Amino acid sequence: MGGYAFYVWGSYGVTFALLAVEVVQLLKRKRETQT
Amino acid sequence: MTTQSIRWFWYASPQTFFPLAGKIARVCTLLAIIFSISGLYVGLFVAPTDATQGEAYRIIFIHVPAAWMSMFLYVVMASWAAVGLAMNTRLSAMMARALAPTGALFTFIALWTGSLWGKPTWGTWWVWDARLTSELILLFLYFGFIALQASIDERRRADRAGAVLAIVGVVNVPIIYYSVQWWNTLHQGASVSFTRAPSMAKTMFLGMILMALAFWMYSIAVAMTRVRCMIAEEER
Amino acid sequence: MLWRDLLLAVRRRSDVATALLFFVIVASLFPLGIGAEPERLRSIAPGVIWVAALLSSMLSLARLFAADYADGTLEQMLLGAAPLGVIVAAKSLAHWLVSGLPLVLIAPLIALQYDVAAPLYGVLALSLLLGTPILSLIGAIGAALTLGLRGGGVLISLLVLPLYVPVLILGAGAVAMADAGLSPEGQLLLLGALLIVAAAFAPWATAAALRISSE
Repeated sequence: MGGYAFYVWGSYGVTFALLAVEVVQLLKRKRETQT
Repeated sequence: MTTQSIRWFWYASPQTFFPLAGKIARVCTLLAIIFSISGLYVGLFVAPTDATQGEAYRIIFIHVPAAWMSMFLYVVMASWAAVGLAMNTRLSAMMARALAPTGALFTFIALWTGSLWGKPTWGTWWVWDARLTSELILLFLYFGFIALQASIDERRRADRAGAVLAIVGVVNVPIIYYSVQWWNTLHQGASVSFTRAPSMAKTMFLGMILMALAFWMYSIAVAMTRVRCMIAEEER
Repeated sequence: MLWRDLLLAVRRRSDVATALLFFVIVASLFPLGIGAEPERLRSIAPGVIWVAALLSSMLSLARLFAADYADGTLEQMLLGAAPLGVIVAAKSLAHWLVSGLPLVLIAPLIALQYDVAAPLYGVLALSLLLGTPILSLIGAIGAALTLGLRGGGVLISLLVLPLYVPVLILGAGAVAMADAGLSPEGQLLLLGALLIVAAAFAPWATAAALRISSE
Protein backbone atom coordinates (compact mmCIF):
# COMPACT_ATOMS: atom_id res chain seq x y z
CA MET A 1 0.00 0.00 0.00
CA GLY A 2 2.88 2.34 -0.71
CA GLY A 3 3.62 2.89 2.96
CA TYR A 4 0.08 3.82 3.84
CA ALA A 5 -0.85 0.31 4.86
CA PHE A 6 -1.72 1.37 8.41
CA TYR A 7 -4.24 3.94 7.26
CA VAL A 8 -5.80 1.98 4.45
CA TRP A 9 -6.12 -1.29 6.32
CA GLY A 10 -7.01 0.57 9.47
CA SER A 11 -9.94 2.04 7.58
CA TYR A 12 -11.08 -1.08 5.76
CA GLY A 13 -10.45 -3.24 8.79
CA VAL A 14 -12.42 -1.18 11.28
CA THR A 15 -15.24 -0.72 8.78
CA PHE A 16 -15.74 -4.39 8.10
CA ALA A 17 -15.20 -5.28 11.74
CA LEU A 18 -17.97 -2.88 12.78
CA LEU A 19 -20.29 -4.13 10.07
CA ALA A 20 -19.58 -7.68 11.21
CA VAL A 21 -20.38 -6.71 14.81
CA GLU A 22 -23.67 -5.23 13.70
CA VAL A 23 -24.55 -8.37 11.76
CA VAL A 24 -23.59 -10.69 14.61
CA GLN A 25 -25.62 -8.65 17.09
CA LEU A 26 -28.59 -8.71 14.77
CA LEU A 27 -28.39 -12.44 14.19
CA LYS A 28 -28.22 -13.00 17.92
CA ARG A 29 -31.29 -10.85 18.39
CA LYS A 30 -33.05 -12.77 15.63
CA ARG A 31 -32.22 -16.07 17.27
CA GLU A 32 -33.66 -14.82 20.54
CA THR A 33 -36.98 -13.92 18.93
CA GLN A 34 -37.31 -17.41 17.61
CA THR A 35 -37.29 -19.02 21.04
CA MET B 1 -60.13 1.69 -5.19
CA THR B 2 -57.83 -0.30 -7.41
CA THR B 3 -56.22 -3.55 -6.37
CA GLN B 4 -52.87 -1.72 -6.40
CA SER B 5 -53.79 0.57 -3.54
CA ILE B 6 -55.37 -2.26 -1.56
CA ARG B 7 -52.15 -4.24 -1.78
CA TRP B 8 -50.15 -1.24 -0.60
CA PHE B 9 -52.07 -0.82 2.63
CA TRP B 10 -52.16 -4.54 3.12
CA TYR B 11 -48.40 -4.52 3.55
CA ALA B 12 -48.67 -1.73 6.12
CA SER B 13 -49.65 -4.36 8.65
CA PRO B 14 -46.63 -5.69 10.50
CA GLN B 15 -47.83 -9.27 10.25
CA THR B 16 -48.17 -9.25 6.49
CA PHE B 17 -44.97 -7.29 6.04
CA PHE B 18 -43.00 -9.86 8.03
CA PRO B 19 -42.50 -12.45 5.27
CA LEU B 20 -41.94 -9.75 2.65
CA ALA B 21 -39.20 -8.22 4.79
CA GLY B 22 -37.57 -11.63 4.98
CA LYS B 23 -37.53 -12.01 1.22
CA ILE B 24 -36.13 -8.51 0.72
CA ALA B 25 -33.45 -9.19 3.33
CA ARG B 26 -32.31 -12.35 1.59
CA VAL B 27 -32.15 -10.74 -1.84
CA CYS B 28 -30.33 -7.68 -0.58
CA THR B 29 -27.84 -9.73 1.40
CA LEU B 30 -26.89 -11.52 -1.80
CA LEU B 31 -26.66 -8.25 -3.72
CA ALA B 32 -24.60 -6.70 -0.95
CA ILE B 33 -22.08 -9.53 -1.16
CA ILE B 34 -21.89 -9.32 -4.93
CA PHE B 35 -21.47 -5.56 -4.98
CA SER B 36 -18.92 -5.46 -2.20
CA ILE B 37 -16.76 -8.14 -3.76
CA SER B 38 -16.77 -6.39 -7.11
CA GLY B 39 -16.41 -2.99 -5.49
CA LEU B 40 -13.43 -4.08 -3.41
CA TYR B 41 -11.87 -5.75 -6.38
CA VAL B 42 -12.16 -2.61 -8.51
CA GLY B 43 -11.14 -0.35 -5.66
CA LEU B 44 -8.14 -2.27 -4.46
CA PHE B 45 -6.83 -3.90 -7.60
CA VAL B 46 -8.17 -2.28 -10.74
CA ALA B 47 -8.19 1.43 -9.97
CA PRO B 48 -4.82 3.03 -10.60
CA THR B 49 -2.63 4.62 -7.96
CA ASP B 50 -3.34 8.28 -7.40
CA ALA B 51 -0.68 10.70 -8.60
CA THR B 52 -0.65 12.93 -5.52
CA GLN B 53 -1.91 10.74 -2.70
CA GLY B 54 -0.49 7.38 -3.62
CA GLU B 55 -2.25 4.39 -2.18
CA ALA B 56 -3.76 6.34 0.70
CA TYR B 57 -6.56 7.59 -1.52
CA ARG B 58 -8.03 4.08 -1.64
CA ILE B 59 -9.80 4.93 1.59
CA ILE B 60 -12.17 6.90 -0.63
CA PHE B 61 -13.90 3.66 -1.60
CA ILE B 62 -15.13 3.30 1.96
CA HIS B 63 -15.25 6.89 3.10
CA VAL B 64 -17.41 8.48 0.42
CA PRO B 65 -19.99 5.68 0.13
CA ALA B 66 -20.25 5.58 3.94
CA ALA B 67 -20.81 9.33 4.07
CA TRP B 68 -23.45 9.09 1.34
CA MET B 69 -25.19 6.32 3.27
CA SER B 70 -25.06 8.26 6.53
CA MET B 71 -26.95 11.15 4.99
CA PHE B 72 -29.27 9.05 2.84
CA LEU B 73 -30.29 6.82 5.73
CA TYR B 74 -31.04 9.83 7.93
CA VAL B 75 -33.39 11.27 5.33
CA VAL B 76 -35.09 7.90 4.81
CA MET B 77 -35.36 7.42 8.56
CA ALA B 78 -36.90 10.87 8.99
CA SER B 79 -39.30 10.14 6.12
CA TRP B 80 -40.52 6.91 7.68
CA ALA B 81 -40.85 8.66 11.02
CA ALA B 82 -42.87 11.44 9.41
CA VAL B 83 -45.17 8.93 7.71
CA GLY B 84 -45.61 7.13 11.01
CA LEU B 85 -46.48 10.37 12.74
CA ALA B 86 -48.89 11.53 10.07
CA MET B 87 -50.68 8.26 9.37
CA ASN B 88 -50.30 6.69 12.79
CA THR B 89 -48.85 3.47 11.40
CA ARG B 90 -46.71 1.36 13.71
CA LEU B 91 -44.70 -0.23 10.93
CA SER B 92 -43.49 3.11 9.59
CA ALA B 93 -42.16 4.02 13.00
CA MET B 94 -40.48 0.61 13.23
CA MET B 95 -38.75 1.25 9.93
CA ALA B 96 -37.34 4.50 11.27
CA ARG B 97 -36.09 2.78 14.40
CA ALA B 98 -34.61 -0.04 12.36
CA LEU B 99 -32.54 2.33 10.24
CA ALA B 100 -31.11 4.44 13.03
CA PRO B 101 -28.31 2.17 14.30
CA THR B 102 -27.06 1.42 10.79
CA GLY B 103 -27.16 5.10 9.90
CA ALA B 104 -25.19 5.98 13.00
CA LEU B 105 -22.71 3.24 12.17
CA PHE B 106 -22.04 4.57 8.69
CA THR B 107 -21.69 8.06 10.09
CA PHE B 108 -19.03 6.80 12.47
CA ILE B 109 -17.31 4.93 9.65
CA ALA B 110 -17.29 8.06 7.54
CA LEU B 111 -15.71 10.00 10.39
CA TRP B 112 -13.20 7.28 11.21
CA THR B 113 -12.07 6.71 7.66
CA GLY B 114 -12.05 10.45 7.06
CA SER B 115 -9.70 10.85 9.97
CA LEU B 116 -7.43 8.07 8.79
CA TRP B 117 -7.40 9.61 5.33
CA GLY B 118 -6.68 13.03 6.70
CA LYS B 119 -3.62 12.01 8.66
CA PRO B 120 -1.37 11.03 5.75
CA THR B 121 -2.81 13.59 3.34
CA TRP B 122 -3.41 16.65 5.52
CA GLY B 123 -1.03 15.74 8.29
CA THR B 124 -3.67 15.80 10.98
CA TRP B 125 -6.23 13.41 12.46
CA TRP B 126 -8.98 15.98 12.63
CA VAL B 127 -9.86 19.17 10.86
CA TRP B 128 -12.90 21.36 11.37
CA ASP B 129 -13.72 20.98 7.71
CA ALA B 130 -17.33 21.71 6.78
CA ARG B 131 -18.03 18.11 5.88
CA LEU B 132 -16.33 16.48 8.86
CA THR B 133 -17.97 18.87 11.30
CA SER B 134 -21.45 18.43 9.85
CA GLU B 135 -20.90 14.69 9.80
CA LEU B 136 -19.98 14.78 13.48
CA ILE B 137 -23.17 16.66 14.27
CA LEU B 138 -25.11 14.14 12.17
CA LEU B 139 -23.73 11.46 14.47
CA PHE B 140 -25.10 13.39 17.45
CA LEU B 141 -28.46 13.67 15.72
CA TYR B 142 -28.58 9.89 15.31
CA PHE B 143 -27.53 9.37 18.94
CA GLY B 144 -30.22 11.81 20.07
CA PHE B 145 -32.88 9.93 18.12
CA ILE B 146 -31.78 6.58 19.51
CA ALA B 147 -31.39 7.91 23.05
CA LEU B 148 -34.79 9.58 23.07
CA GLN B 149 -36.55 6.43 21.90
CA ALA B 150 -34.63 4.36 24.43
CA SER B 151 -35.60 6.57 27.34
CA ILE B 152 -39.35 6.54 26.71
CA ASP B 153 -40.98 3.36 27.89
CA GLU B 154 -44.33 3.80 26.21
CA ARG B 155 -43.92 2.69 22.61
CA ARG B 156 -46.38 5.08 21.03
CA ARG B 157 -45.00 8.15 22.75
CA ALA B 158 -41.47 7.06 21.88
CA ASP B 159 -42.29 6.67 18.20
CA ARG B 160 -44.03 10.01 17.95
CA ALA B 161 -41.45 11.94 19.97
CA GLY B 162 -38.69 10.40 17.88
CA ALA B 163 -40.53 11.43 14.74
CA VAL B 164 -40.70 15.07 15.81
CA LEU B 165 -37.01 14.99 16.65
CA ALA B 166 -36.05 13.35 13.36
CA ILE B 167 -38.06 15.85 11.36
CA VAL B 168 -36.58 18.84 13.17
CA GLY B 169 -33.17 17.29 12.64
CA VAL B 170 -33.62 16.75 8.94
CA VAL B 171 -34.63 20.37 8.50
CA ASN B 172 -31.52 21.35 10.38
CA VAL B 173 -29.02 19.30 8.39
CA PRO B 174 -28.69 21.70 5.44
CA ILE B 175 -28.54 24.60 7.88
CA ILE B 176 -25.72 22.92 9.75
CA TYR B 177 -23.85 22.18 6.57
CA TYR B 178 -24.09 25.68 5.17
CA SER B 179 -23.32 27.40 8.43
CA VAL B 180 -20.20 25.33 8.87
CA GLN B 181 -19.19 25.90 5.27
CA TRP B 182 -19.69 29.62 5.77
CA TRP B 183 -17.69 29.55 8.96
CA ASN B 184 -14.95 27.60 7.28
CA THR B 185 -14.49 29.82 4.25
CA LEU B 186 -14.22 32.84 6.49
CA HIS B 187 -11.64 31.31 8.75
CA GLN B 188 -9.74 29.92 5.81
CA GLY B 189 -10.08 26.37 6.95
CA ALA B 190 -8.95 23.38 4.99
CA SER B 191 -9.38 24.34 1.37
CA VAL B 192 -9.00 20.84 0.07
CA SER B 193 -12.22 19.23 -0.96
CA PHE B 194 -12.39 15.48 -0.65
CA THR B 195 -14.30 14.85 -3.82
CA ARG B 196 -12.46 17.32 -5.96
CA ALA B 197 -10.45 14.72 -7.75
CA PRO B 198 -10.51 16.76 -10.96
CA SER B 199 -10.24 14.07 -13.53
CA MET B 200 -11.34 11.09 -11.54
CA ALA B 201 -10.42 7.95 -13.39
CA LYS B 202 -13.46 5.99 -14.50
CA THR B 203 -12.36 3.00 -12.49
CA MET B 204 -12.18 5.10 -9.32
CA PHE B 205 -15.71 6.30 -9.91
CA LEU B 206 -16.88 2.77 -10.64
CA GLY B 207 -15.32 1.50 -7.45
CA MET B 208 -17.10 4.17 -5.43
CA ILE B 209 -20.45 3.46 -7.03
CA LEU B 210 -20.11 -0.29 -6.49
CA MET B 211 -19.23 0.18 -2.81
CA ALA B 212 -22.11 2.64 -2.44
CA LEU B 213 -24.49 0.04 -3.88
CA ALA B 214 -22.96 -2.57 -1.59
CA PHE B 215 -23.55 -0.40 1.49
CA TRP B 216 -27.05 0.40 0.32
CA MET B 217 -28.01 -3.25 -0.14
CA TYR B 218 -26.39 -4.04 3.20
CA SER B 219 -28.43 -1.30 4.89
CA ILE B 220 -31.68 -2.60 3.45
CA ALA B 221 -30.88 -6.19 4.44
CA VAL B 222 -29.96 -5.16 7.99
CA ALA B 223 -32.97 -2.85 8.35
CA MET B 224 -35.35 -5.54 7.12
CA THR B 225 -33.90 -8.09 9.53
CA ARG B 226 -34.11 -5.63 12.37
CA VAL B 227 -37.73 -4.80 11.57
CA ARG B 228 -38.53 -8.49 11.60
CA CYS B 229 -36.99 -8.76 15.05
CA MET B 230 -39.03 -5.79 16.22
CA ILE B 231 -42.24 -7.24 14.83
CA ALA B 232 -41.54 -10.55 16.53
CA GLU B 233 -40.74 -8.80 19.80
CA GLU B 234 -43.55 -6.29 19.89
CA GLU B 235 -46.46 -7.65 17.93
CA ARG B 236 -47.48 -10.58 19.98
CA MET C 1 -50.02 34.01 29.79
CA LEU C 2 -46.76 35.80 29.23
CA TRP C 3 -47.45 38.10 32.11
CA ARG C 4 -48.11 35.15 34.40
CA ASP C 5 -44.86 33.44 33.46
CA LEU C 6 -42.93 36.63 33.89
CA LEU C 7 -44.43 37.20 37.30
CA LEU C 8 -43.53 33.68 38.29
CA ALA C 9 -40.03 34.12 36.99
CA VAL C 10 -39.52 37.37 38.78
CA ARG C 11 -40.67 35.82 42.02
CA ARG C 12 -38.28 32.97 41.45
CA ARG C 13 -35.47 35.44 41.17
CA SER C 14 -33.11 32.67 41.98
CA ASP C 15 -33.64 31.24 38.50
CA VAL C 16 -32.40 34.39 36.85
CA ALA C 17 -29.49 34.50 39.23
CA THR C 18 -28.65 30.84 38.62
CA ALA C 19 -28.50 31.22 34.86
CA LEU C 20 -26.47 34.38 35.15
CA LEU C 21 -24.11 32.97 37.73
CA PHE C 22 -23.52 29.82 35.71
CA PHE C 23 -22.72 31.93 32.67
CA VAL C 24 -20.23 34.04 34.57
CA ILE C 25 -18.60 31.04 36.25
CA VAL C 26 -18.15 29.09 33.03
CA ALA C 27 -16.71 32.11 31.28
CA SER C 28 -14.34 32.64 34.17
CA LEU C 29 -13.14 29.05 34.18
CA PHE C 30 -11.52 29.22 30.80
CA PRO C 31 -8.75 31.70 31.60
CA LEU C 32 -8.00 29.63 34.68
CA GLY C 33 -7.77 26.47 32.66
CA ILE C 34 -6.10 27.77 29.53
CA GLY C 35 -3.82 30.38 30.99
CA ALA C 36 -4.43 34.10 31.15
CA GLU C 37 -2.38 35.18 28.15
CA PRO C 38 -4.15 38.32 26.89
CA GLU C 39 -3.64 37.59 23.22
CA ARG C 40 -5.07 34.12 23.46
CA LEU C 41 -7.96 35.19 25.66
CA ARG C 42 -8.91 37.89 23.22
CA SER C 43 -9.07 35.42 20.38
CA ILE C 44 -11.11 32.79 22.22
CA ALA C 45 -13.45 35.26 23.90
CA PRO C 46 -16.32 35.22 21.37
CA GLY C 47 -16.35 31.43 21.30
CA VAL C 48 -16.13 31.05 25.05
CA ILE C 49 -18.85 33.57 25.75
CA TRP C 50 -21.10 31.95 23.19
CA VAL C 51 -20.49 28.43 24.51
CA ALA C 52 -21.19 29.65 28.02
CA ALA C 53 -24.46 31.17 26.81
CA LEU C 54 -25.36 27.88 25.15
CA LEU C 55 -24.65 25.83 28.24
CA SER C 56 -26.51 28.25 30.45
CA SER C 57 -29.53 28.10 28.18
CA MET C 58 -29.48 24.30 28.11
CA LEU C 59 -29.29 24.19 31.88
CA SER C 60 -32.55 26.04 32.39
CA LEU C 61 -34.49 24.16 29.72
CA ALA C 62 -35.45 21.23 31.90
CA ARG C 63 -37.48 23.52 34.10
CA LEU C 64 -39.37 25.12 31.23
CA PHE C 65 -42.40 22.90 31.34
CA ALA C 66 -41.72 20.82 34.43
CA ALA C 67 -43.58 23.01 36.89
CA ASP C 68 -46.68 23.25 34.71
CA TYR C 69 -46.58 19.53 34.07
CA ALA C 70 -46.40 18.81 37.78
CA ASP C 71 -49.26 20.97 38.92
CA GLY C 72 -51.63 20.20 36.08
CA THR C 73 -51.49 23.57 34.40
CA LEU C 74 -50.10 21.94 31.30
CA GLU C 75 -53.18 19.77 30.89
CA GLN C 76 -55.33 22.86 31.09
CA MET C 77 -53.22 24.55 28.45
CA LEU C 78 -53.66 21.55 26.18
CA LEU C 79 -57.39 21.54 26.61
CA GLY C 80 -57.81 25.27 26.62
CA ALA C 81 -59.10 27.57 23.93
CA ALA C 82 -55.89 29.47 23.32
CA PRO C 83 -53.80 27.99 20.50
CA LEU C 84 -51.02 25.93 22.01
CA GLY C 85 -48.45 27.42 19.66
CA VAL C 86 -49.10 30.89 21.02
CA ILE C 87 -48.84 29.68 24.60
CA VAL C 88 -45.57 28.01 23.82
CA ALA C 89 -44.25 31.12 22.14
CA ALA C 90 -45.13 33.09 25.24
CA LYS C 91 -43.35 30.58 27.46
CA SER C 92 -40.29 30.67 25.25
CA LEU C 93 -40.27 34.43 25.43
CA ALA C 94 -40.53 34.30 29.20
CA HIS C 95 -37.68 31.79 29.29
CA TRP C 96 -35.56 34.08 27.17
CA LEU C 97 -36.32 37.13 29.26
CA VAL C 98 -35.21 35.24 32.34
CA SER C 99 -32.20 33.34 31.05
CA GLY C 100 -31.21 34.86 27.72
CA LEU C 101 -31.59 38.60 28.06
CA PRO C 102 -29.56 38.82 31.28
CA LEU C 103 -26.70 37.14 29.43
CA VAL C 104 -26.88 39.75 26.69
CA LEU C 105 -26.65 42.47 29.28
CA ILE C 106 -23.80 40.97 31.25
CA ALA C 107 -21.75 39.82 28.25
CA PRO C 108 -19.85 43.11 27.91
CA LEU C 109 -18.56 42.61 31.44
CA ILE C 110 -17.26 39.18 30.53
CA ALA C 111 -15.77 40.63 27.36
CA LEU C 112 -13.98 43.13 29.57
CA GLN C 113 -12.52 40.24 31.54
CA TYR C 114 -11.17 38.87 28.30
CA ASP C 115 -9.78 42.19 27.23
CA VAL C 116 -11.89 42.23 24.12
CA ALA C 117 -11.52 45.38 22.06
CA ALA C 118 -14.29 47.88 22.87
CA PRO C 119 -15.80 48.21 19.37
CA LEU C 120 -16.59 44.49 19.43
CA TYR C 121 -18.90 44.78 22.42
CA GLY C 122 -21.71 45.95 20.18
CA VAL C 123 -21.41 43.06 17.76
CA LEU C 124 -21.15 40.62 20.64
CA ALA C 125 -24.24 41.97 22.33
CA LEU C 126 -26.17 42.05 19.08
CA SER C 127 -25.20 38.51 18.15
CA LEU C 128 -26.32 37.31 21.59
CA LEU C 129 -29.48 39.37 21.36
CA LEU C 130 -30.41 37.66 18.12
CA GLY C 131 -29.09 34.26 19.04
CA THR C 132 -30.30 33.62 22.59
CA PRO C 133 -34.00 33.80 21.66
CA ILE C 134 -33.30 31.16 19.02
CA LEU C 135 -31.78 29.01 21.74
CA SER C 136 -34.90 29.44 23.88
CA LEU C 137 -37.23 28.63 21.00
CA ILE C 138 -35.34 25.55 19.83
CA GLY C 139 -34.61 24.45 23.38
CA ALA C 140 -38.32 24.41 24.10
CA ILE C 141 -38.70 21.61 21.55
CA GLY C 142 -36.18 19.52 23.45
CA ALA C 143 -37.81 20.34 26.78
CA ALA C 144 -41.22 19.33 25.47
CA LEU C 145 -39.98 16.05 23.98
CA THR C 146 -38.28 14.96 27.20
CA LEU C 147 -41.03 16.02 29.60
CA GLY C 148 -41.07 13.79 32.64
CA LEU C 149 -38.30 11.49 31.44
CA ARG C 150 -35.50 10.11 33.56
CA GLY C 151 -32.64 11.24 31.34
CA GLY C 152 -33.24 14.79 32.39
CA GLY C 153 -30.81 17.52 31.56
CA VAL C 154 -28.29 15.33 29.81
CA LEU C 155 -30.85 13.96 27.38
CA ILE C 156 -32.11 17.44 26.55
CA SER C 157 -28.55 18.58 25.92
CA LEU C 158 -27.90 15.68 23.57
CA LEU C 159 -31.07 16.40 21.61
CA VAL C 160 -30.69 20.12 21.46
CA LEU C 161 -26.95 20.47 20.93
CA PRO C 162 -26.90 19.62 17.20
CA LEU C 163 -29.67 22.12 16.67
CA TYR C 164 -27.78 24.82 18.56
CA VAL C 165 -24.59 24.48 16.55
CA PRO C 166 -25.51 26.77 13.61
CA VAL C 167 -26.47 29.51 16.06
CA LEU C 168 -23.14 29.11 17.85
CA ILE C 169 -21.20 29.19 14.60
CA LEU C 170 -22.98 32.27 13.31
CA GLY C 171 -22.91 34.09 16.64
CA ALA C 172 -19.27 33.55 17.47
CA GLY C 173 -18.43 33.98 13.82
CA ALA C 174 -19.97 37.42 13.70
CA VAL C 175 -17.74 38.65 16.49
CA ALA C 176 -14.69 36.97 14.98
CA MET C 177 -15.39 38.68 11.67
CA ALA C 178 -15.65 42.06 13.33
CA ASP C 179 -12.44 41.30 15.14
CA ALA C 180 -10.71 40.62 11.85
CA GLY C 181 -11.85 43.97 10.56
CA LEU C 182 -14.47 42.53 8.24
CA SER C 183 -18.19 43.14 8.30
CA PRO C 184 -20.27 40.84 10.51
CA GLU C 185 -23.34 41.74 8.48
CA GLY C 186 -23.66 38.34 6.82
CA GLN C 187 -23.69 36.36 10.06
CA LEU C 188 -25.99 38.80 11.81
CA LEU C 189 -28.46 38.78 8.95
CA LEU C 190 -28.44 35.00 8.92
CA LEU C 191 -28.98 34.97 12.66
CA GLY C 192 -31.91 37.29 12.17
CA ALA C 193 -33.30 35.00 9.50
CA LEU C 194 -32.86 31.96 11.76
CA LEU C 195 -34.66 33.84 14.51
CA ILE C 196 -37.63 34.54 12.27
CA VAL C 197 -37.76 30.95 11.05
CA ALA C 198 -37.42 29.59 14.58
CA ALA C 199 -40.12 31.94 15.87
CA ALA C 200 -42.43 30.78 13.10
CA PHE C 201 -41.88 27.03 13.35
CA ALA C 202 -40.41 26.06 16.70
CA PRO C 203 -43.51 26.83 18.80
CA TRP C 204 -45.52 24.65 16.47
CA ALA C 205 -43.06 21.75 16.82
CA THR C 206 -42.96 22.29 20.59
CA ALA C 207 -46.75 22.22 20.78
CA ALA C 208 -46.82 18.94 18.87
CA ALA C 209 -44.16 17.57 21.21
CA LEU C 210 -46.15 18.68 24.27
CA ARG C 211 -49.22 16.85 23.05
CA ILE C 212 -47.16 13.75 22.41
CA SER C 213 -45.56 13.90 25.82
CA SER C 214 -48.78 14.37 27.72
CA GLU C 215 -50.92 11.62 26.33
